[in-house]
Amino acid sequence: MRYLPLTDTDRADMLAKIGANLIDDLFVDVPAVAQLDGPIRELPMHASEMAVERHMKARANKNLAAGDAPFFLGAGAYRHHVPASVDTVIQRGEFLTAYTPYQPEIAQGTLQMLFEFQSQVARLYGCAVANASMYDGSTACWEAVAMAGRVTRCHRAVLSGALHPHYSQVVKTMAQFTGDTIADAMPAIQTEPDNAGLISRIDDDTACVVVQYPDILGRIPDLTELADAAHAKGALLVVVNTEPVALGAIKSPGEMGADIVVGEGQSIGVGLQFGGPYLGLFAVRDPKHVRQMPGRLCGETTDAEGKRGFVLTLSTREQHIRREKATSNICTNSGLCALAFNVHMTLLGEKGLRELAAENHRLACIAADRLEKIPGVSLLNSAFFNEFTLQLGGNPAREVVRSLADLGVLGGVSLDRLYPGVAGLEDALLVAVTETTTEEDIETLAKELEGVLS
Amino acid sequence: MPRYFTDEHEWIDVEGETATVGITDYAQEQLGDIVFVELPDVGAMVDKGGEAAVVESVKAASDVYAPITGEVTETNSSLEDEPALVNTSPEEEGWFFRLTISDTGELEGLMDDKGYKTFVDSL
Amino acid sequence: MNAPNKSGWKPEMQVSEDGLHNGPSTTTGNRALMLEEPLIFEIGHPETTGVDLPEIDPDAPNRLGGFDRSDPIGLVGLTEPETVRHYTRLSRQNYGIDLGFFPLGSCTMKHNPRLNEKVARLPGFADIHPLAPQQSVQGALQVIHELGDWLMKLTGMPGVAMSPKAGAHGELCGILAIRAAHTARGDARQVVLVPESAHGTNPATAAFAGYKVEDIPATPEGRVDLEAIKARLAPDVAAVMITNPNTCGLFEKDFREIADAVHAVGGYVYCDGANFNAIVGRVRPGDLGVDAMHINLHKTFSTPHGGGGPGSGPVVFSEALKDFAPLPVVRKTADDSYELVEEEGRKHRGQSFGRMTAFHGQMGMFTRALTYMLSHGADGLKQVAEDAVLNANYVLRSLEDILHAPFADSGPCMHEALFGDKDFGGGLSTLDLAKALIDEGYHPMTVYFPLVVHGAMLVEPTETESKASIDQFITAFRSVTERALAGDESMKQAPYYAPRRRLDETQAARKPKLAWQDPEPSA
Repeated sequence: MRYLPLTDTDRADMLAKIGANLIDDLFVDVPAVAQLDGPIRELPMHASEMAVERHMKARANKNLAAGDAPFFLGAGAYRHHVPASVDTVIQRGEFLTAYTPYQPEIAQGTLQMLFEFQSQVARLYGCAVANASMYDGSTACWEAVAMAGRVTRCHRAVLSGALHPHYSQVVKTMAQFTGDTIADAMPAIQTEPDNAGLISRIDDDTACVVVQYPDILGRIPDLTELADAAHAKGALLVVVNTEPVALGAIKSPGEMGADIVVGEGQSIGVGLQFGGPYLGLFAVRDPKHVRQMPGRLCGETTDAEGKRGFVLTLSTREQHIRREKATSNICTNSGLCALAFNVHMTLLGEKGLRELAAENHRLACIAADRLEKIPGVSLLNSAFFNEFTLQLGGNPAREVVRSLADLGVLGGVSLDRLYPGVAGLEDALLVAVTETTTEEDIETLAKELEGVLS
Repeated sequence: MPRYFTDEHEWIDVEGETATVGITDYAQEQLGDIVFVELPDVGAMVDKGGEAAVVESVKAASDVYAPITGEVTETNSSLEDEPALVNTSPEEEGWFFRLTISDTGELEGLMDDKGYKTFVDSL
Repeated sequence: MNAPNKSGWKPEMQVSEDGLHNGPSTTTGNRALMLEEPLIFEIGHPETTGVDLPEIDPDAPNRLGGFDRSDPIGLVGLTEPETVRHYTRLSRQNYGIDLGFFPLGSCTMKHNPRLNEKVARLPGFADIHPLAPQQSVQGALQVIHELGDWLMKLTGMPGVAMSPKAGAHGELCGILAIRAAHTARGDARQVVLVPESAHGTNPATAAFAGYKVEDIPATPEGRVDLEAIKARLAPDVAAVMITNPNTCGLFEKDFREIADAVHAVGGYVYCDGANFNAIVGRVRPGDLGVDAMHINLHKTFSTPHGGGGPGSGPVVFSEALKDFAPLPVVRKTADDSYELVEEEGRKHRGQSFGRMTAFHGQMGMFTRALTYMLSHGADGLKQVAEDAVLNANYVLRSLEDILHAPFADSGPCMHEALFGDKDFGGGLSTLDLAKALIDEGYHPMTVYFPLVVHGAMLVEPTETESKASIDQFITAFRSVTERALAGDESMKQAPYYAPRRRLDETQAARKPKLAWQDPEPSA
């Protein structure tokens, strides 16, 4: 077996040293009822590298890769070009095969990277401090709700109807067990975000208001008035961002008054990967809230010779010390995805991120203008970044998406996929456009969509 | 001003109807470098033996219990910026909080200076 | 005694009294291949970029609703050559499995096969959207289903949830399913029993799910105390959470009896599967009465640890719990196609406790893990467990004469060997020994865990080390142990040869500096 270095001679010598006759002697503590008499029969035997690659490739080939079709899907996961050097860096064995940096003297590479990552995320979000990442945006969203409860000692969260429904569902799943009250809503299909409706649901027991920016329909809510309304009731404003590229073009949540900013970092460096692993981002505007944050934090310090170095710090918040009193049970971060984000963001820099954002917006405007011209199609949004909502004049968007896929076009995400069976949402289609979209792709979508609808 | 001690290594100074609470020199020695102290809110009611504060070193977080029942009237704000005071002056400048005494009878089970010393020596 | 290295070369490095390397200091602070590297904020510039994008057209249409970001963001960029060099230099300050022996107990730092990486990067897996129409991602759904099937067969369990993002997320998944099952029958149990040797995530998870956590003591031989559990079991106990093999590296031989007793009072058995790598292919947890167990794909099934993640923590379930598993699930339909059931309300399986994460789990880890399983097969996985256990016992028996091994008489260990710091001289601690091992070129073992042993040292060699590699480690370990027993004061300053000396963690925690601050402009 190519991954097992011991030879039979080694095994015999080692058993002799141990004082055992057979390998079975080392498993004597396993009760007889659970002892198998050989390899598990229902599973195949070992296979060569070539055979395994063939097996897996056969499955990969059954999928239509985003790069092989006109592609317009978003709704929390976006296709962006990832520079080749990102993958080169993350495949270096010293990053790929390292562990959590608990021995900082021999983990400065990972630690310095995390410090840079935290700094980039904090700046992108307009916040003071970001952590070293969470599993993904949806779980980070729940962690923000839980943190707001610790800070305010209130246990009611008001969710915007235009928060990604998967995120709302995750929050509601978790709240079933913690006893928090979650006030959620369905998205209002209207041109402007329903800030007034959201504000009217805030009361004195509210720990936080959770709003997505840009929201699930691609609209851009005014966070300033939400922050003011939340703060007036003693609640925190939690802002969720699922498209970090947008923050190269629109104001940061921090500068508009958000207290906790969380989101999905997948757009920068990570790739689509059918939904995971992704990269949860988590930041707070006010440094005094740091000790209530979940997850790992990397901090700067010095070594015994006075050289600058980095360590994981404030770890008394975490499960391995606090056990049942920890701020979260989280035990990993998304280390390698954070590295990919860090490398990609370093390649972009301020200039590159702004240009990337502008190019996304430019192409999205072209797409919106073109698609709106299709008979029966209307554009819901007045404002958007790189994703907007089309209404298909009563046609079921989910069926339309399937028909487009049959024609080799990945045309968007239907709201019915996200909100199955909810009346009034069936004909809405989310269309995302990034720098990877060409004007030919837009034209192809327009033509095929027109054909499907007629 | 009488000083009492608990077997959880808190000290308590009683002055009239108010008491001042901190952790002992022995406790700070055991904890090592203190990096953060989480203090109760002023106005909070704490129960004898209940969790009132948390003291953190790099690798450990320990609860500090209220030696007696009462309402917190003041906390030592200098610990926010300088938690090291707990190490350098645990039984004076590194005090944690002050509280009103609800029931002086609760002081009876506590140790005096000599009793605490004997207790620590036995550990 | 084994030669420390076969080439016979020994670095004649001298350490002066102040603990610094001899030799003249350098202008740059570099030492040949040991290169210092600044932060990107110190070498990058806001106007520098490593990507070529169209310049911004100020007259382009703007539909941002008046929310334009006009203030500087504060990011800096580097060109591609600068970027590659920056990270290459940083990488060289890291220890990884590719570089050497990494015996971190409980973390299972085994070799990460590169075929896994290649397969995960096939565009058919890496470049597909989670919400793509299902007809366009049949191969991906098949992989999730196939991996789930392997996990069920390897564990002898009839249900599986694939979406948990990491081990601790999987624990949460299992406990939430247990809670949902109790709730479904109107049973409001309050207590979860957790052995004191458990991973910290166990009590953190149970507490999160709203349970009161009660410790179960261990026996002197390092196992869960069966009698103590039996004495505590009552109708208020919702579940027990037991790690098997346990964190002392021992197989819980009473597990089946514990499980039967828990079931008899209507509770469920959660098994922390962190150490499944010791028994994979040889023992099926389903045969031991487990109701739910998470599997860390990054431990047992070789997906990379990546400096702290991403992980992946699928959970297998017993018949009693499988219907409470979270959504979404992948189902094989009558016509041999695959369906992703993700909807609440419609096509819902009825009792699921809900969704734990956006989308469907760690696909990038699924492709790697399945690749690994197919490579080993049923026979190879059995050999994996056997070699891992053999290597650990070899380490245990090669060191027990010199190092305190508290459970050496408790029978064979499983995949890891546990030692304590008894009899160290001169006030030396486990930490000092660990740091001295760094100078010898090793990543230290897990230290101070489990909590039940003073100065614990948990050594897990894994099955991907050769005998020669383990022998060399034993030689090094013996030498640092001898120094510790003799009270060698120089160990208190170790490491001497790493990219950094010991770091001041007190300073880091007292005055946290968690993000780069631009220096004040000089007047």
